[in-house]
Amino acid sequence: MLFKQWEGFTAGKWSDDEVNVRDFIQHNYKPYEGDGGFLEGPTQATKKLWEEVLKLSEQERRAGGVLKADTKVVSTLTSHPAGYIDKELEKIVGLQTDEPFKRALQPFGGIKMSEQALNMYGYELDPEIKYTFTHYRKTHNDGVYDAYTSEMRRARTAHILTGLPDTYGRGRIVGDYRRVALYGVDYLIEHKKRDKDLIDGDMTPDKVRDREELSEQIKALSALKEMAALYGFDISGPAQTAQQAIQWLYFGYLAAVKDQNGAAMSIGRNSTFLDIYIERDLTNGTLTEREAQELIDHFVMKLRIVKFMRIKDYNELFSGDPTWVTESIGGMGVDGRTLVTKNSFRILHTLTNLGPAPEPNLTVLWSRNLPSGFKKFCAETSIATSAIQYESDDLMRPEMGDDYCIACCVSCMRVGKDMQFFGARANLAKCLLYAINGGKDEVTIDKKTGKHLQVSPMYSPVLGDGPLDYKEVVTKYEQMMDWLAGLYVNTLNLIHYMHDKYSYEALEMALHDTQVRRFFATGIAGLSCAVDSLSAIKYAKVYPVRNEEGLVVDFKTEGEYPQYGNNDDRVDQIAVWLVKTFMNKVKSHYTYRGSVPTTSILTITSNVVYGKKTGNTPDGRRAGTPLAPGANPMHGRDKNGALASLESVAKLPYEYSRDGISNTFSVTPASLGKDE
Amino acid sequence: MDGYIHSFESFGTVDGPGIRFVVFMQGCLMRCLYCHNPDTWARNNGKIYSPRQVAANALKYKSYFTGGGGVTVSGGEPLLQTGFVYELFKILKDAGVHTALDTSGIIFNGNTRKEIEELMSVTDLVLLDIKHIDNGEHIKLTGHSNENVLNFAGYLSETGKPVWIRHVLVPELTDKDEWLEGLSEFIKSLKNVEKVEVLPYHSMGEVKYKNMCLNYALSGMQPPSAERVLNAKKILGIIK
Repeated sequence: MLFKQWEGFTAGKWSDDEVNVRDFIQHNYKPYEGDGGFLEGPTQATKKLWEEVLKLSEQERRAGGVLKADTKVVSTLTSHPAGYIDKELEKIVGLQTDEPFKRALQPFGGIKMSEQALNMYGYELDPEIKYTFTHYRKTHNDGVYDAYTSEMRRARTAHILTGLPDTYGRGRIVGDYRRVALYGVDYLIEHKKRDKDLIDGDMTPDKVRDREELSEQIKALSALKEMAALYGFDISGPAQTAQQAIQWLYFGYLAAVKDQNGAAMSIGRNSTFLDIYIERDLTNGTLTEREAQELIDHFVMKLRIVKFMRIKDYNELFSGDPTWVTESIGGMGVDGRTLVTKNSFRILHTLTNLGPAPEPNLTVLWSRNLPSGFKKFCAETSIATSAIQYESDDLMRPEMGDDYCIACCVSCMRVGKDMQFFGARANLAKCLLYAINGGKDEVTIDKKTGKHLQVSPMYSPVLGDGPLDYKEVVTKYEQMMDWLAGLYVNTLNLIHYMHDKYSYEALEMALHDTQVRRFFATGIAGLSCAVDSLSAIKYAKVYPVRNEEGLVVDFKTEGEYPQYGNNDDRVDQIAVWLVKTFMNKVKSHYTYRGSVPTTSILTITSNVVYGKKTGNTPDGRRAGTPLAPGANPMHGRDKNGALASLESVAKLPYEYSRDGISNTFSVTPASLGKDE
Repeated sequence: MDGYIHSFESFGTVDGPGIRFVVFMQGCLMRCLYCHNPDTWARNNGKIYSPRQVAANALKYKSYFTGGGGVTVSGGEPLLQTGFVYELFKILKDAGVHTALDTSGIIFNGNTRKEIEELMSVTDLVLLDIKHIDNGEHIKLTGHSNENVLNFAGYLSETGKPVWIRHVLVPELTDKDEWLEGLSEFIKSLKNVEKVEVLPYHSMGEVKYKNMCLNYALSGMQPPSAERVLNAKKILGIIK
């Protein structure tokens, strides 16, 4: 073995001059098929620390949402001295700034956003910082706006493209933080240096960028060591104990959140990896179960208090202040063994020991083959805490293997091997209205002319008093989607070019393979509204109502039509068609850095805000009212119970929506049957 | 023979064993004061379906029935459309699906007996709703005598048809120890009862009365307390 810290582990490719965490796990983890009987409650130290956190949370609430904010020090890995909640009690240490609940200043995404966020909570950005970031150091946001076309700006103003990561950090990139624990930082630096040396020969712009990025990655890894040193740790070598493994891993993640204020900062798939260290210590007699649970409790406590300085609108969009610290748990291995370990239980048990919380977003990768003891434990914990997210491992594993994780809420990537360019979404309900109105927005007024804004080029609108002809509308819709997909993809190409240039995630990318697969993650909003609207046009009679400008601003619908959410193929197949059609149009375009185009249908709360900007639709939905979240049927239209509703959603082809499909579904225990 | 149907529920978990596809038939003779589905009362209303159409709809969910589930026909009163239910159940039995009939038994009499017997040949389980054991109270509560209901229970007992007895517990109207004891005695006299269920009254149906401009006789009535529900379960022998 190369390192004495690896004693007791089974060797493999992972220990043979490679960076290969999956191989390490496969050779060393111990599947657990029992129940949760072994679990321990919180220690005194855990209780005391958690009380302190609750106190701070209460103070934060009373202060209006932000307790403290840095206005002077730009956050880097080493910008702040060590910070603690209670140094004596903490088994796992490290804060984003020098104090708990003090939010960092992270202006590389956009200085305007940073300033706005501070102002909203009564803080003043240090004038020197402002001057620096407007005169000497350009931000991602500035880069994007320098390059935007006027059409892109119009699409943004009219909200047919929404939530674009052009003023803030794109997030959704998950470093393989386990690498820090398994290999130590020096080994990782060594491998990155070798990768850099391989990029030689004709210095094309791509190679120049790759070499520069690798240098940034190596610098970030060095900074990571310095950051750990501030807390008194030397992480140049591998972790020796379970406590060190958790600490090293957490330092990796902490560095990522110091570096980036991303829309979603997920943490990966760590619990089974960490179980290997815990098992080794338990076997050696250097750790007790009680201490193991304490380590996990303290680790999770840190993840719960990850905070970013964001504008209030952002919180409104997401109905809260989510950080999406998603941790993926369990699942099955491709060899048929379960990846559930005792530590899968321990991390879920934090919901009991510390009480329920939305973060970290504990996500169980569910398979019908999971051990029944674990299934039962999950069900019990869900009933008691309502705080577990479930996703289908059986659906994702065939293509992603058994070492993928979830970024944000549903987006899957192989840990350390895939990254993604987050792409927000295109509003397909609004796009249908554009098809009818020749690309004029039904809500937004052009300030110059005082008339409705022409967003797309002038396409021919639907003429006459109706009823609308399905074939004609579909033809126009396809043309409008051609335009929208092209504009959307190119807007994202531009945004991600600038993000790489001005706000590159050096630390997170240092914890990826150099030859990384990139996803181009587009998204769809308003699916069910568009589908029901098309169904209404096809099966009922829909008459357009025009305003004095001749623009269709409302619809009169005569007769009934089948609605999505009732397991009725007449309309469900329209949904399938729409997803495939839009995805195929996205695929037909050049995507930045050879990225693989994907799409998602997963607006979870932002459907409310998107609905506000969308006019009356042919399905009878009124202007300004919410669209349905994700792939959900429109509210109240699924009239045949849960299975019918879920079956409609399940028809959507996952292979065309690889970045995920979400369906928000609330259920009370009583509606699942009686307990007698 | 086509049927008048009120609605479907693809994920029924409270009307029989397992996950069930529930067909709510349109039309009922009784006017139970606590009824939470007054919109199913009117006959010759609702949507018209053939037995084949309904069976095709139900069979979409066959893969969910593996844990003991199946199809329940409820209402309204399904025995008002016995011919339709027979044809539907026949198709379902041929497809290997468990069938349950949720009924009050109120129209079981000399005239309907033969038809109902035929239906029983394709019915695996009857969910029999006994509204009240006391005839006078039954009339007050539903507008009808309970004679047919009790005869139907006796008939099912004789023929050995599996039955779940269901009883809605309403403060004042049905929740009195004496009545519950009477009901318990009656149930003990039957040989085929697999399960007894107490359904605590709830007021969620009230809004429907308002929407239909009907008077809701139980306005202001509270659900029974947890203690009273427990008491009823004890008397009916559900728990010890």
